[in-house]
Amino acid sequence: MKFITISGPPSSGKTSVILKVIESFKQKGYKSGVVKFDCLVTDDDKLYEAKGIPVKKGLSGGLCPDHFFVSNVEACVEWGIDLNLDILISESAGLCNRCSPHIKGITAVCVIDNLSGVNTPKKIGPMLKFADIVVITKGDIVSQAEREVFASRVKIVNPKATIINVNGITGQGAFELATLLEDTEGIDTLKGKQLRFSMPAALCSYCLGETRIGESYQMGNVRKMDFGGDKG
Amino acid sequence: MKDFLKLIIGNGLNEFPYIADFLDSYGLVLRDDDYEKSFFSYFNSLDEDILEDKGINIEILKEQFLQFMIAMESSVEADSDVEYITILGGYNKFGEKEDIELCIKKGEVVSIVGPTGSGKSRLLADIEWIAQGDTPTRRHILVNGKLPDKKRRFSIDHKLVAQLSQNMNFVMDLTVEEFIKMHAESRLVESVEEKVSIIINEANKLAGEKFLPDTPITSLSGGQSRALMIADTAILSKSPIVLIDEIENAGIDRKKALELLIKEEKIVLMATHDPILALMGDRRIVIKNGGIHKVIDVTEKEKSNLDYLQELDNKLLELRNKIRQGETLESI
Repeated sequence: MKFITISGPPSSGKTSVILKVIESFKQKGYKSGVVKFDCLVTDDDKLYEAKGIPVKKGLSGGLCPDHFFVSNVEACVEWGIDLNLDILISESAGLCNRCSPHIKGITAVCVIDNLSGVNTPKKIGPMLKFADIVVITKGDIVSQAEREVFASRVKIVNPKATIINVNGITGQGAFELATLLEDTEGIDTLKGKQLRFSMPAALCSYCLGETRIGESYQMGNVRKMDFGGDKG
Repeated sequence: MKDFLKLIIGNGLNEFPYIADFLDSYGLVLRDDDYEKSFFSYFNSLDEDILEDKGINIEILKEQFLQFMIAMESSVEADSDVEYITILGGYNKFGEKEDIELCIKKGEVVSIVGPTGSGKSRLLADIEWIAQGDTPTRRHILVNGKLPDKKRRFSIDHKLVAQLSQNMNFVMDLTVEEFIKMHAESRLVESVEEKVSIIINEANKLAGEKFLPDTPITSLSGGQSRALMIADTAILSKSPIVLIDEIENAGIDRKKALELLIKEEKIVLMATHDPILALMGDRRIVIKNGGIHKVIDVTEKEKSNLDYLQELDNKLLELRNKIRQGETLESI
């Protein structure tokens, strides 16, 4: 089975792009499925179900979504293999810009939209910088000049990536993206694979349910802002 | 390959100003004494913990830097000029063969007509993707009569098609001048200031109402925005093909707009049903059932009606202006 990770900031158009790509996969004769990772609530699984696409949903709730993703992704692949899928796509929202969901040897896609502003590419960390393919969406609502500036800013932070424009509404570019993704090599398991970069760390008293504010309640991996010499 | 890591930072920044964008995108701020270091020793001197917070480490940073330099060098490389493209027919929705071999040259204007959903977008997408029998229509697109280099497909600097869409907005909060300057810099063109003033000047020739360099782009009217984008695409965009999704009549001189694009040696494709625009073109591709149904050459006889159509159009424009000036239309 081919496994592909697709991630990107919230509302960048991941689900629309995946739906269009799966349509193209279908034309090419592949059976695809999706695992949708989100934080609190998602109804996107219904969109996939409505199209008859096998879907599993995982909500991280109170945990770091990235850590939740990596702890469950192996089982997702097993699920896909059990269903005899040709292609499994994991969809996860990069809820903090330091998110690092990509895995070495697994085709990694980042979806980012033109409306997010030209400074956004540099604000996003490993999720964008280490992706193999960067999909830029919502090109139909901005000018050609903005599209070109935005794409060049993406290229600065990820010079190796293939950058492709996809319109999640009309599907323009989705067939081409599907053709790119088709080249992904199949895998049997994720066991032993490695993340492309370490995930953001979190291990402090607040992780464990502390709600009170104040120095004496803070334990573990805590970091302080630097206010210079003028404080106290 | 040149070892860019051995470059001294100060010299590097002089020779390749875009390196500043790279450093900035990783939040790296140079101190005075860093300028004399090589990139290699500068990267090595960085704190791994701080880098990890940014989602990077020294080895990856060096690699990204080299990749960046290679990518930027290749985007500065002169493009091989596109003289003409050829569309080799594939199949329509019913699997019927498109019997066509259509060659479109620089400076040519071709309209694409057909009802919504007939396959206009697919044709344009085939051209943009340089289809090689690997899209649903199984068309082939040749550049200068040959199969083009595959890198054209994926390179944002070698994109074949620049697209001017109908419902185009600006989302950036910049003035016209700042905006065009930013675009010019991202295209790595020389003499940015000069290019910017040429573009604003040309755009003002097309726009019904003039605007100033310090007008915020978000307050431009629809016609002014289109005029600015047509001038910008004609002069700044490297893409040899310009695709126009209908030019609305309001607030822009369409004839001059096409003339500008032709002067800049673009191949112009227009999805339009406007009779004036269609007659300004050289040919019309008629799309039906997902395929190219036929190609109509615009005849002299058709062209001879252009004056009449333009007269009608000018009349309407005149009336529009009367309304704008607060006059009545009792005598027209």
